[in-house]
Amino acid sequence: MLPSFKPNFLAVVRSMVNALALFVTIPLAGTVVLAESPIPKQTPNDLVHGRRLFQGQCARCHGMDGAGGTGPGLNRSVLTRVYDDQALFSVIKEGIPGTEMPRAWQMIDDEIWQVAGYVRSLGRTARVALPGEPERGKQLYETKAQCARCHIVRGRGSSLGPDLTEIGARRGVSHLRSALLNPGSNKVRDSSGYISFLVIRVVTQDGHEVRGIRINEDTFTLQLRDADNRVHSFRKQELKELTREPRETLMPSFQTVFSPSEIDDLIAYLASLRGER
Amino acid sequence: MRRVGLLLFLLAPPCALFAQVSYDRLAGAESESENWLTYSGSYRSHRFSALKQITSENVAKLKPAWVYQIREPGLNETTPLVADGVMYVTEPPSTVTALDVRSGRPLWKWAPAMPRDVRALGFPPVNRGVALLGETVFVGTLHGHLVALDAKSGAVRWDKLVADNAVGYAITVAPLALKDKIIIGTSGGEAGIRGFLDAYDSKTGERAWRFYTIPGPGEPGHETWAGDSWKTGAGATWVTGSYDPGLNLLYWGIGNPGPDWNGDVRAGDNLYTCSVVALDASTGKLKWHFQFTPHDTHDWDSNQVPVLLDGMVAGRQRKLLATANRNAFYYLLDRETGDFLLGAQYARQTWAKGLDKRGRPILVPGMDPSIEGTLVYPSLQGSTNWFSPSYSPLTRLFYVPVREMGAYYFKGEAKYVPGKEFMAGGEQALLGDDAYGAIRALEVLSGKLKWEFRLQSPLWSGVLSTAGGVVFGGTNEGSFFALDAETGKPLWDFQTGGAIRCNPISFSVDGRQHVATAAGFSIFVFALP
Repeated sequence: MLPSFKPNFLAVVRSMVNALALFVTIPLAGTVVLAESPIPKQTPNDLVHGRRLFQGQCARCHGMDGAGGTGPGLNRSVLTRVYDDQALFSVIKEGIPGTEMPRAWQMIDDEIWQVAGYVRSLGRTARVALPGEPERGKQLYETKAQCARCHIVRGRGSSLGPDLTEIGARRGVSHLRSALLNPGSNKVRDSSGYISFLVIRVVTQDGHEVRGIRINEDTFTLQLRDADNRVHSFRKQELKELTREPRETLMPSFQTVFSPSEIDDLIAYLASLRGER
Repeated sequence: MRRVGLLLFLLAPPCALFAQVSYDRLAGAESESENWLTYSGSYRSHRFSALKQITSENVAKLKPAWVYQIREPGLNETTPLVADGVMYVTEPPSTVTALDVRSGRPLWKWAPAMPRDVRALGFPPVNRGVALLGETVFVGTLHGHLVALDAKSGAVRWDKLVADNAVGYAITVAPLALKDKIIIGTSGGEAGIRGFLDAYDSKTGERAWRFYTIPGPGEPGHETWAGDSWKTGAGATWVTGSYDPGLNLLYWGIGNPGPDWNGDVRAGDNLYTCSVVALDASTGKLKWHFQFTPHDTHDWDSNQVPVLLDGMVAGRQRKLLATANRNAFYYLLDRETGDFLLGAQYARQTWAKGLDKRGRPILVPGMDPSIEGTLVYPSLQGSTNWFSPSYSPLTRLFYVPVREMGAYYFKGEAKYVPGKEFMAGGEQALLGDDAYGAIRALEVLSGKLKWEFRLQSPLWSGVLSTAGGVVFGGTNEGSFFALDAETGKPLWDFQTGGAIRCNPISFSVDGRQHVATAAGFSIFVFALP
């Protein structure tokens, strides 16, 4: 049957209850015992099956080897939002509301534990240190690159582009690199699957042209933000032209602006931004 | 009888509410266009209004007449019914509210005492509406009851347990009232139920018959299930069907087999899942069946509303059943015999090369779900879903709300635990900019596309066509809109502020035509100024 969007209403309620339960039971109770994680007892077969499930269903965002992509890298021993195996299980099962991370309603609990076990095994592999220097990257961000003209970090900057305060926790290094070198090639989608910051060009009946990023769109209307961060609202029926430019972006490429080592520094800085305010 | 009923109705004071909704009125609902007496507007399920005050010329002037806000948040999939000055709506999960159609003010409200652990496995806790017969309102509840309410007060006349919610049965479907029986189906296709359709005596609530959608041992069709898989074979009946009083046949769509995405444990065609069945309305005996998707592994329930009409096909005048299936094909069947007459693809699909001369799909190899994911069109929500199509006898067009979306299908482990989801896999749909919706107008006897109106996203709302030459529909983004029924040209739209996932209706109040739709947490009613 499944006539609904997922995550559905019950799932949202369930995830809220779960989140609340985790917060409430641990400090108050002392009497409440969470079920033991089965991960330590998993067999090599579980790991193989978990890897197959991961590569089929998770790798499109987190990378085939869990090194990250549009989603964060998972090859680390400490994961954001995940402080134990139960929390990892909950994040996979219920998703993370308000982000691109969907709930894995298509897997039963045993399969989710197999995936969780595989994700934990990624954290036990040796991590490759980033080559750049975050402090130098911060300098570049604030001076030569002028990133704050379009981005906010910890409340400072302009809001045309995405807020980067926790970009290191949300995106993998490979994605950060391609976003700097070839920003049009690696578009991120929101939780409804729409391309974030999609560039659209419209021409009104009187010949007025506006090019900007999509804020919102429905069958009958369109709202755009132009390069000067001004909002425009249109009735589609009143437009002479409407052109989507999914390969374009208002963000410039830094391929020829920075040296390879400066790019590494910028990436190291961005990867270090994990939500601290 | 019908004339007497009509006479009494006409003699009633102009503002008197709560007249009897007799069976004769239900059977003649198409000639009583000031009301909307049954889920799809008539037993033939055209979802067509003969009212023509609102036309393609003046619909752009439509304005809200009133708005009713539901009291409990949740998805609102109700189809309102209107009878004699009263609108009956359901609110999630199973509340019934009677509203004064002139003002939108509530007259009464009834909500069942629902167990705290009520199960809605694989679907949101919704309700799609009520049925009316005599002076009684009938509603199915999420915890599996069929309840008869006094139409004037909401007092309970009787309350019968239809099926056990603890093992995954639930009711979201609007019942269908016949002469002396109330037909009710169940949800639970993701919980490993054994589906059925029931008839209850409208006066006493005693069960008159039960038709199991999964044949038991010794019954024809049982051989299409391997081993004991029939016991958990699903085949839910969660969308209201249609009825031909002349043939005394009930037509009902049957849901997916269980588990949904792993067919290994249920080898065979899995009758009568993904089929339409024609049942003798007096006995519940099967007259014929037609299976659209044998051994489905994509969750393509055939719970779409069957539309009944007559027409000249293959050289002779026939009684027809038309339906646009979730599997992306439009079908014409002979509704006396179940014979397949025509099939036509109406949406993008990648799973079948076409249909053979008996209407059976010719499969494309390799389209079953897999652990790594198999990309297939349409997505598991199908090319259309539970929301209603509409048929206009004036344009001879079949209007179908279409979802254009693909998905990666995953196969999982099949483990049945009573009262838990039994799906064995799932999907990751290609959403957002990779998907879109449309209203498509098909020539009813050929299935050929006459026009299309494209929508931002795959929709969750049914359509209504009217004698005024207008087709009404709603979008996920909250627009309620009107199209020209002949051309598909957009004529009017109104932003309601909430996703629309229901079926619109039309009725008149004091000689003034109204159109109603649910949207977000509200019921909107529109009329000309």
